[in-house]
Amino acid sequence: MKRVVVNEKWCLGCHLCEYNCAFANSGLKDMAKALKGKPLFPRIRVLDGGDGITFAVSCRHCTDPICVRSCISGALAFRDGAVTIDKERCVGCFTCILVCPYGAISRDADGAVQKCELCLKNGTGAPACVRGCPNGALTYEE
Amino acid sequence: MLDMKKTYVIIGGGVAAVGCAEGIRTTDKSSRVVIIADEGRAPYFRPLISYYLEGKTDLDRMRYRPEGFYSENGIEFINGKATAIDVKAHTVTLDGGRKIKYDAVCVAAGSSPFVPPMEGLDKVEKKFGFMTEDDALSLGDALFPDCRVLIVGAGLIGLKCAEGIVSRCGSVTVCDLAPRVLSSILDGEAASLMQARLEEHGIKFLLSDTAASFGPHTAFMKSGKTVDFDVLVLAVGVRANVSLVKDAGGSVGRGITVDCRMKTSLPDVYAAGDCTETEDASGGGVRVMAIMPNAAFGGRCAGANMAGGDAVFDCAIPMNAIGFFGLHALTAGTYEGELHEARGDGTLRRFYVKDGYLSGFMLIGDDEFTGAGIYTSLIRNRIPLDTLDFETLMQAPSVASFSPGYRSLNIEGWKNA
Ligand SMILES: Cc1cc2nc3c(=O)[nH]c(=O)nc-3n(C[C@H](O)[C@H](O)[C@H](O)COP(=O)(O)OP(=O)(O)OC[C@H]3O[C@@H](n4cnc5c(N)ncnc54)[C@H](O)[C@@H]3O)c2cc1C
Repeated sequence: MKRVVVNEKWCLGCHLCEYNCAFANSGLKDMAKALKGKPLFPRIRVLDGGDGITFAVSCRHCTDPICVRSCISGALAFRDGAVTIDKERCVGCFTCILVCPYGAISRDADGAVQKCELCLKNGTGAPACVRGCPNGALTYEE
Repeated sequence: MLDMKKTYVIIGGGVAAVGCAEGIRTTDKSSRVVIIADEGRAPYFRPLISYYLEGKTDLDRMRYRPEGFYSENGIEFINGKATAIDVKAHTVTLDGGRKIKYDAVCVAAGSSPFVPPMEGLDKVEKKFGFMTEDDALSLGDALFPDCRVLIVGAGLIGLKCAEGIVSRCGSVTVCDLAPRVLSSILDGEAASLMQARLEEHGIKFLLSDTAASFGPHTAFMKSGKTVDFDVLVLAVGVRANVSLVKDAGGSVGRGITVDCRMKTSLPDVYAAGDCTETEDASGGGVRVMAIMPNAAFGGRCAGANMAGGDAVFDCAIPMNAIGFFGLHALTAGTYEGELHEARGDGTLRRFYVKDGYLSGFMLIGDDEFTGAGIYTSLIRNRIPLDTLDFETLMQAPSVASFSPGYRSLNIEGWKNA
């Protein structure tokens, strides 16, 4: 199964991945309409590791995901190597936020939770964060 | 030709039971897997019963696995109650007397409500527990717009019930012998924040007080007060279902004794989930840690080992994400050691540090608590605090607080060289 691989060495800290993620998951065709003046809810976050190091964190699609095992509503599921979320089932209990060891699940605008789904559901085809990364710090690899 | 197929029997139809069946199927695709379950329902997400009463989910969405999952994976169900395990004969007896032969058996029987003897309880007509889908359905049927409900027990189950039904009732009163709500997971300050939020939404409390005896529609409290009610909910506590193993001569404490491979003291008998007690990786000793993730991981571990594998589950800790009317409390581990505190806008974060490790934490507030799982991983994975910037971490948990070495070694799909 392919995953988004993070390479700290090449991250410029430009935050483009956050914008591309939020846009890809907005359901809108126009980037300005989707993002301008709106609160951003990206599923990937650029972090500052100190000493000039930055990197982007999104769901690692763990092989034995504790978020799925802990989800009390069945909203999180593990299918074909990807951890997916069904917002219709999410009750907003925050258990996944309590257990995700990478802080990669967060609340969305409606009180449910959101996370990276590898752009499998939004029609982008391949992860938008990877496609838009200008320096190869994010790659999509087996 | 010799038939090499085995029969694995699983007792109980909850998360641990399904996890066990899935664990078996990761290696053994062809042997018989039989789940004996007594609720007469397909496995469901037990914690959703209060959300069901609140109208936030429905019976279909509550199913633990999609329709067809069990037949596709060759998992059989027998509707009935297991009454005995005969370790010598390798059989499980069902309530009708039928016996099933097993190669390995897993007890995933969960827990049962514990109701202390209370005078007059038998005279109360409408009384319910709050553990099962059946409980939720019959409680739902008993409610009417002006009804007065008394809930005995201000723990997680009692309060979730209160939240689920309050909009459908005339009044909801919760009583508990403890001086505060959620006394097993919140301290005084956190509990009073939570209580205030519940009160804002119309739930009344009688704390440090409990029902001493009952009339058909009245509770006579220890304090001398009386509470009139139409519907009574008993959510005092639960006890692990240990009797199958105990009666077969196996070792039990408050829960069934298992090792980190989910083996009981009896040969070919495994156990997992709420019916077991295990070592608390946060330093709380051997105890029952009745939460879904522990049931799911424990069940899968038991199943893998029943099928000849060598799986270990040794990082169970208590943890709870519990929210009421938008106020969330996230807690984990053991509240022992030195207290560190971080306060923000309406949020309280308390951390307990012992011997250089995080042993527990309690977060409460109208916050999103993004990244809180990083605290949990510090406990579950025993990460020494001197390898990271704990002061920053208390305010803003992030992967950036881990050392570069930890990041590259422990995070899947990560490079930093
Ligand atoms: C209202 C409520 C809210 C909760 N909220 C949360 C939460 O937010 N987060 C969390 O992690 N956990 C929560 N829990 C706890 C969680 O539901 C349990 O930890 C989990 O369901 C345990 O799974 P289990 O398979 O071990 O046991 P159970 O789910 O109890 O399943 C055991 C099954 O075995 C059956 N059984 C017992 N004995 C026999 C027998 N002899 N023969 C046949 N069948 C038998 C029982 O009827 C039952 O169906 C909540 C529980 C309740 C009641």
